[in-house]
Amino acid sequence: LGSFYGFNVDHGYLEGLVRGLKAGILTRSDYHNLAQCDTLEDMKLHLQSTDYGSLLTAGNEDLTVSLLDNRLKGTILTEFRCLRAHSLPPLSTFLDYITYSYMIDNVVLLITGALKHRDVEELLPRCHPLGTFDQMAAVGIARTHAELYSAILVDTPLAPFFQDAVSEANLDEMGAEIMRNKLYKAYLEAFYAFCWERGGATRDIMCPILEFEADRRSFIITVNSFGTDLSGGDRRALYPSCGRLYPEGLQLLARAEDHEQVKAVAEYYPDYKLIFSDTEDGSSRTLEDRFFEQEVHLNTLAFLDQFHLGVFYSYIKLKEQEARNIVWIAECVTQRQKSKIDNYIPIF
Amino acid sequence: MYLLILQFSDKFFYSSTACTVLSRTLMHPTHADNYENVSIIFILHWWCFSGICYTIFDLGFRFDVAWFLTETSPFMWANLGIGLAISLSVVGAAWGIYITGSSIIGGGVKAPRIKTKNLVSIIFCEAVAIYGIIMAIVISNMAENFSGTTPETIGARNYQAGYSMFGAGLTVGFSNLFCGICVGIVGSGAALADAQNGSLFVKILIVEIFGSAIGLFGVIVAILQTSKVKMGD
Repeated sequence: LGSFYGFNVDHGYLEGLVRGLKAGILTRSDYHNLAQCDTLEDMKLHLQSTDYGSLLTAGNEDLTVSLLDNRLKGTILTEFRCLRAHSLPPLSTFLDYITYSYMIDNVVLLITGALKHRDVEELLPRCHPLGTFDQMAAVGIARTHAELYSAILVDTPLAPFFQDAVSEANLDEMGAEIMRNKLYKAYLEAFYAFCWERGGATRDIMCPILEFEADRRSFIITVNSFGTDLSGGDRRALYPSCGRLYPEGLQLLARAEDHEQVKAVAEYYPDYKLIFSDTEDGSSRTLEDRFFEQEVHLNTLAFLDQFHLGVFYSYIKLKEQEARNIVWIAECVTQRQKSKIDNYIPIF
Repeated sequence: MYLLILQFSDKFFYSSTACTVLSRTLMHPTHADNYENVSIIFILHWWCFSGICYTIFDLGFRFDVAWFLTETSPFMWANLGIGLAISLSVVGAAWGIYITGSSIIGGGVKAPRIKTKNLVSIIFCEAVAIYGIIMAIVISNMAENFSGTTPETIGARNYQAGYSMFGAGLTVGFSNLFCGICVGIVGSGAALADAQNGSLFVKILIVEIFGSAIGLFGVIVAILQTSKVKMGD
């Protein structure tokens, strides 16, 4: 009875709560008002009339962009922790899956920091708070992948994703990046299988979002590997296989050597063709921006259906995008670069 | 020898049915699936086996529907009907209320104005349980004592009364069950839509009204079914 007849037994209250929180996401008119501001003080005033309320007025620290960023991340963290604390399986497993991607980023951050001989105390505050786990401080001590796994990560939730990533080679910068991509590939495929198993509306909403995420990773890995010594064969091991590009598109991508060939691969898929095509009005949207736009579009679709787990994922991702938008506007305002201020991605 | 096999097969039939039902209700869904498939295949095989045995050993007369219907008391059917009327209605009402109630509570956190208006959805679900209890009382008032003990002395009218009461109970029970679920799911949608946009509530309420009408249909048909019931000597 996990489908819509029995969904509300365990998750009805939280779904109502998340939809209420979603109503507080800033709209186009809010962004318009924020973009008109000249200083951060004006932005603070405008944010007070939205759902953020006393976000910036509490405390007496100096109003800077980094303070704004921290406070925004703090709200997402509080809301997520509240949802996670009240949730029952399978929602609790689903929310845990959302945190694993941040955990992977934190692990790689700590390893690269340790390679540069940075102090653990300095690195810990820079980790993403949603992805904390108990053994974080010990991650910097490991020297090889196998050591990292067997000594530290085997007790964390990331252990099942280490199947492909364990190797006896010493950890270096490139190795850390490859490990990140391999972990992420295993994580994404596991998450996709979980959503697929749930079936019903959860599958219909979440699987396209995760397919897009997989394809986006494949494209970004390919584009970023031009000019490095990461060969096509090595790249292929990093592509997640739960996307629409699998298997033919991934084979073509593994053989691509420059941006034009990547664009040719994208031509076969209508959504990705649009993303890679040059726009006529000559706006300066980067590839990353266009991927974010498509992600936002897919996430807003989650709210059109009821009795599924996708609303929780979409809410977190849209809140993050909102945080990115507000920080972008704040940066433009403080640096007086009003020309680029409209490069945020409106959500609703 | 074949009588032994048949007695054996009856017991296995009942035990494998019980196996499936228990496994479905008590076990975690994923574990139960394996047992359920095995039990269903088991049951089907035993039914086929029993059916073939009864046929080839010329014991088809033992599968006697008429004996069953005349030997069971009309009171059993009547009370089953009363029980189903109230219990299935309450299941439907409860299902609907919890579906709507949890959405109202969740939505009411960020939009407190929806709290009072959306209690109307709960009232629609509750009405379904009230229909059930009314019909249960109406049906139970029709049960009277009769002094026959054999099928001939009980008489056709008493049998008809028993079956009508059972049928009326089934009618009102199932229609209220589905009415309750329907109103519950629509009410949940109404609460969440109202939290986002206050003008949507009245429109969705119209859908709910149509949904609650189907419970009323069940009550009407059940009244018609029991209108000619006359138990007694």
